[in-house]
Amino acid sequence: MKNRNYNIKALLIAASMSVLMIILVFYGSRKLQNFDAALITYLFGTVFAFFGIVYRYSVWLQRPPTWIYFKRGVSYLFTGKVFSHFWFASKETIENIAFQKFIYPRGKYRWMAHFLIAIGCTSAFLITIPLTFGWIHFTMAPDSISVYEAHFFGFKVMEFKLGSIMAFLTFHALNWSSYLVIFGSLYYLRRRLTNPGLIATQTFEGDLLPLILLIAISATGLGLTYSYQFMKGFAFDFLAVLHAVTVIMFLIWIPFGKFFHIIQRPAQIGAHIYKKQGMKMGMAVCEHTGEEFATNLHIKDLKTVTKELGFNFDRPDGTSHLDLSPEGKRSRLAQAHLKARLEGGNLFG
Amino acid sequence: MNYTNFNKNEEFFVDMQRCIGCKACEMACAECETNGQESLIHVNYVDRASTVQTTVQVCMHCDDPVCANVCPADAISKDEFGIVHTANTERCIGCSNCVMACPFGVPKKEESYDLMMKCTMCYDRTSVGKKPMCATVCPSGALFYGTREEIQEMRPNSSPVNTFLFGEEVVNTKVNIMMPKGSNQLIIY
Repeated sequence: MKNRNYNIKALLIAASMSVLMIILVFYGSRKLQNFDAALITYLFGTVFAFFGIVYRYSVWLQRPPTWIYFKRGVSYLFTGKVFSHFWFASKETIENIAFQKFIYPRGKYRWMAHFLIAIGCTSAFLITIPLTFGWIHFTMAPDSISVYEAHFFGFKVMEFKLGSIMAFLTFHALNWSSYLVIFGSLYYLRRRLTNPGLIATQTFEGDLLPLILLIAISATGLGLTYSYQFMKGFAFDFLAVLHAVTVIMFLIWIPFGKFFHIIQRPAQIGAHIYKKQGMKMGMAVCEHTGEEFATNLHIKDLKTVTKELGFNFDRPDGTSHLDLSPEGKRSRLAQAHLKARLEGGNLFG
Repeated sequence: MNYTNFNKNEEFFVDMQRCIGCKACEMACAECETNGQESLIHVNYVDRASTVQTTVQVCMHCDDPVCANVCPADAISKDEFGIVHTANTERCIGCSNCVMACPFGVPKKEESYDLMMKCTMCYDRTSVGKKPMCATVCPSGALFYGTREEIQEMRPNSSPVNTFLFGEEVVNTKVNIMMPKGSNQLIIY
């Protein structure tokens, strides 16, 4: 029953956000004037994906450990030293979200490949989503046959001459994204097919399918350009349908599969703010080792969260097993074991 | 998970009183492919000022893993063989909830990766019927991986125990600790 209520809450949030999104599509495309009807299937795919993402996000946030981080993260961002946290959050966003710097120590090539995919995907999202929604559209400049204008939400944002380098770069923007995604994905595909640790733990739908999808989207997308530029439009319709199928599969897979990490990742910044704020509020000292091991705030919150989840580490004297550092816990276990062995009359046996 | 050849008859048996602190297991642990060359087993002095006692800790693979429950990112999962897997690299947000909540002190936060890593009982090996690296190199029998019959023959005066009491909490695990014969639980005070 409890779970059902939660899902209804998430359903309501997701449904209302999706309606809001459709309203934005309607007005952003100037009452559908600028809406490209050829992209209608993509629009359905995007709205469905958006609904799924908001739904899963809402369900996810309601888990006790996630909620406590979310609550504390948001409140610290807006209270206390507001500017210092904002500065920290902005720095973290650039380092960890834009550049994914935490992957670099895990492997130089892993970082590079991930960065290529990330740049490729984000640029593709930034181009295709507004195009699908009719938020971006192109027109010829008035009184000209060689100047092109780009409009966002119906407002002119830039112009360029046809045949110029700018035009070449703009019209092929999605192709550049495709190359980045293909190079990055091929690296990861190779890694997943040769690394024994990954082979042992990966699943097809969780780890290989996302890479295959990314490559399929990029390859069919590039195929469209090659078809009309070098093959006189050969198989264009077929390629267009194939491309739409792969993209829509990707979109509806976002909320359920690996791609959800794109949505989840900013939580990392929340966890960092939480730690930073916690350090200001004092550190917890391990009763066994006598050393600081975590923030007081963290240990206090964990006691609450573990109880909410049905775990009770309280000891009879009112203290908790969670007051021990990891090393302290291991030592106490060994001491308890030694005691039991001594009582048994033999250290070994 | 994938097609595996997990040997369900073999289990892990730990006896930390036999640990001599040689750290051979630490070296072996780094060979585990699922760890990516990180050593994740813990060997530490229990109370260096008063005793030379060392202890060794592998993941106990709890029936209801606290680490997975407290994870805000759903990054930790348990599979059909009862193996609790290390954090999913794309999900883990490096918050250390699991590190601080695990009653055995097992998960390790790799600060530079901003990632939690833990023992997976050498899933790359156990999933194809081999023994975990640490157990194959332990010279003193503190770490043993094999069948119940084998351990019974080797340690006739001990019983494997997999029920632990931490305060009010009763924790059942896949990994066993060898205790005096007849024991059925270990109380951690």
